[in-house]
Amino acid sequence: MNDRLYRIILFVAALVVPIVCGGVVYALVTDAHEAFEHFGFLKFLTSSEWSYTEGNEQYGALPFITGTLMTTLMALLFCIPFSLPVALFVGEYFRETKIASVLSTVTDLLAGIPSIIYGLWGFYTLRPIIMELNISPQGSGILTASLVLAIMIVPYAASLSAEFIKMVPNDLKEGAYSLGATRAEVVRKVIFPVAGSGIFSSYVLAIGRALGETMTVTMLIGNTNNIPDSITSTGNSMASIIANQFGEADGLRLSSLIAIGLILFLITALINMIGKIMIKRARIV
Amino acid sequence: MNKLKVKHRLAKDKLMLWSICLLAAMTAVPLLAILGEVLLRGYDQLSWSFFTESTPTAYKAMKAIAAGEPIPGGIANGIVGTMIMLGMAVVVAVPLGILCGAFLAENSKSRFAQFVSYLTDLLQGTPSVIIGIITYIWVVVPMKGYSAIAGSVALCIMMLPLIIRSTEETLKILPASLKEAGLALGGNKARVMMKVQLPAAFGGIFTGVLLAISRVIGETAPLMFTALGCSLIRFSIDKPISAVPLLIWEFFNDPNLQELIWGASLFLLLFVLTLNLLSKYLAKKWNH
Repeated sequence: MNDRLYRIILFVAALVVPIVCGGVVYALVTDAHEAFEHFGFLKFLTSSEWSYTEGNEQYGALPFITGTLMTTLMALLFCIPFSLPVALFVGEYFRETKIASVLSTVTDLLAGIPSIIYGLWGFYTLRPIIMELNISPQGSGILTASLVLAIMIVPYAASLSAEFIKMVPNDLKEGAYSLGATRAEVVRKVIFPVAGSGIFSSYVLAIGRALGETMTVTMLIGNTNNIPDSITSTGNSMASIIANQFGEADGLRLSSLIAIGLILFLITALINMIGKIMIKRARIV
Repeated sequence: MNKLKVKHRLAKDKLMLWSICLLAAMTAVPLLAILGEVLLRGYDQLSWSFFTESTPTAYKAMKAIAAGEPIPGGIANGIVGTMIMLGMAVVVAVPLGILCGAFLAENSKSRFAQFVSYLTDLLQGTPSVIIGIITYIWVVVPMKGYSAIAGSVALCIMMLPLIIRSTEETLKILPASLKEAGLALGGNKARVMMKVQLPAAFGGIFTGVLLAISRVIGETAPLMFTALGCSLIRFSIDKPISAVPLLIWEFFNDPNLQELIWGASLFLLLFVLTLNLLSKYLAKKWNH
């Protein structure tokens, strides 16, 4: 095989990725077009009605955008108190020890568990506990979904943060120690300022993961098409409304669901892009 | 005064250490809780017939429950479907991903390669439910029906970025002298890639493929609108087909079949976690 043929083959293989991505955007836009045309783009985003009575179909994405944002932000809130200690444990306190590699295996395995099994566990174990504690009568809702979602994103946030914590130069830490700083002070005054932007970017990427998580949320959020009015109320996220209704939908409803998919795709792409750019910046420093 | 302050600082340091250990150890709790629950509730369902028979109809299951017998049947249709779809996805995604990864590693400085690399990240971050919608639009609508082909296209799109990344990264960390030595011996680029670089990178690529398989094998959302599910053991690729995660979803929604959830989940969980541990072990072994 000569060099030219080789280069052409590689190039054609690489072309597949832009073709697939272009196809994704093209297909979503053409099929979402009907919904945007019928309701108007802004009105679709801000309308909170979702009814499919024939003759008076009304579809709006606001309840699901709210649901997605609420579950994601709460999952992030619940995830930080666990992922940050894991990152410090693996990246600083017990760096390169056996126990650290055990812990990172544990988080790797957590990342490997399929989301439908997280959903089952949330439904059969966590939901009864929440009902028992009288937090919400039906057990499922935004809170339950975000608790499980938090467990699911801990591995992503922790492993990336740990890498940035490991990258903090030793002489900076040694300088602080030689001035009499305790380890807690080194963490707070040296590691966090130096690795901070990297740690932050790892949480941005964790958000990107949580936004599109489908099965777990579908099984736990309660599946009602209203704007959730408290953290314990039921709702629907963008991914869960699609999972719930896509199979039975047609016409305008199908187009509206695809429009929601397009919005979800754009939000996730934006968040991931911000995260990647921040990581690149953090690596250079 | 000063002594008190030092004591205070040391106490704070200790508190920090212990709270980090405690909170970090707590992340093992959900893993153990999930494993424990699935094991305890699922182990007595695993039997020979669970793996060789297909899912019972709701009516049959209802009759068995009414008679106080265990539900007949198993998840063979799901296992066969998963294997067929996964097999087709691997056959396409692995060579394509390796070629694309090789392109990115060889031309890492070109504008086009950076663009492709960015899009690979984009594809990897795309929620799986959207891959499902896309495959529905691309494959299910033109073919006028749900099929195993559609399911495998969805899985293939999900695997592709993972394989591209692992190939690219493994090729990039190979010592440059390896490639140079091959070129110096008179091999052209294609020959050096096939005979020197790819064999040297085999370990990394292989573990990448294993990880990619373990990521997509538990995916449910993209299969819901593509493969749909089917209660028969089927080998035709142009008809709806089942998969293990799809069956779990079906059992979850059908009160008559709920007893079967845990056996199916246990099978899926063990399979995925074994693949995960295996790839981690191989990565460690081949790196040293």
